[in-house]
Amino acid sequence: MELQIDDAVLVRDYMAGDERALELLINKHNQRLSSFIYSKVKDREATEDIFQDTFMKVIRTLKRGSYNEEGKFLSWVMRIAHNLIIDHFRRNKRMPKFQSNGDFNIFGVISDDELNVECRLIKDQIDCDLGQLIEELPEDQKKVLMMRIYKDMSFKEIAENTGVSINTALGRMRYALINIRKVIEKHDIVLTN
Amino acid sequence: MEHIYIQDKTQCELVKTRSNRIRFLLDYSKSLNIIDHQGVTFESNLN
Repeated sequence: MELQIDDAVLVRDYMAGDERALELLINKHNQRLSSFIYSKVKDREATEDIFQDTFMKVIRTLKRGSYNEEGKFLSWVMRIAHNLIIDHFRRNKRMPKFQSNGDFNIFGVISDDELNVECRLIKDQIDCDLGQLIEELPEDQKKVLMMRIYKDMSFKEIAENTGVSINTALGRMRYALINIRKVIEKHDIVLTN
Repeated sequence: MEHIYIQDKTQCELVKTRSNRIRFLLDYSKSLNIIDHQGVTFESNLN
């Protein structure tokens, strides 16, 4: 026959510094409290989260010494759990979760425009390679190309910024692109996905 | 006395929280340090 130690004794021992008493308390009420929570939330992961949060509050209160033992330890713990269950439902109401089951996958209906990891890696590599090619250009062509592509400036703005005419800016951009293409063809570089 | 029987047994499903969560709680308790200084309470987790 297993000896059941009274909650009041365990709480008193825990507050006096006996960590083993906490383990006995938790194990003693694990099934009852977990079952109570599960009966409300119907989700095992959420049940364990709420169980954990409940006892974290219990631990903090006991360690602070602000708990008054009146022979109602379990009622107190259940009340904490109950309040956390209410918080859980309020949170879910504000941000509903959708879980796919085997029959229906929500991602078959809604699309995600973001690149997947592989495409992202390829794109980053292409950007890096292109950057290196641009660095090889003559300074005046590089400047125009950077302003046009990376800073999205108009040719009027580029011309004003570099102190040349618009036609000169346009010409430098044209030669920049021709030179990049020449390097790509010469070295057989692949820059497409 | 009227006996009320639950028709759907799943409403009485008994579950238990897993041991890893219990271990976390015990570790949390061991590491929790509460200091009360001039009416202000400080909580910290020690390694």
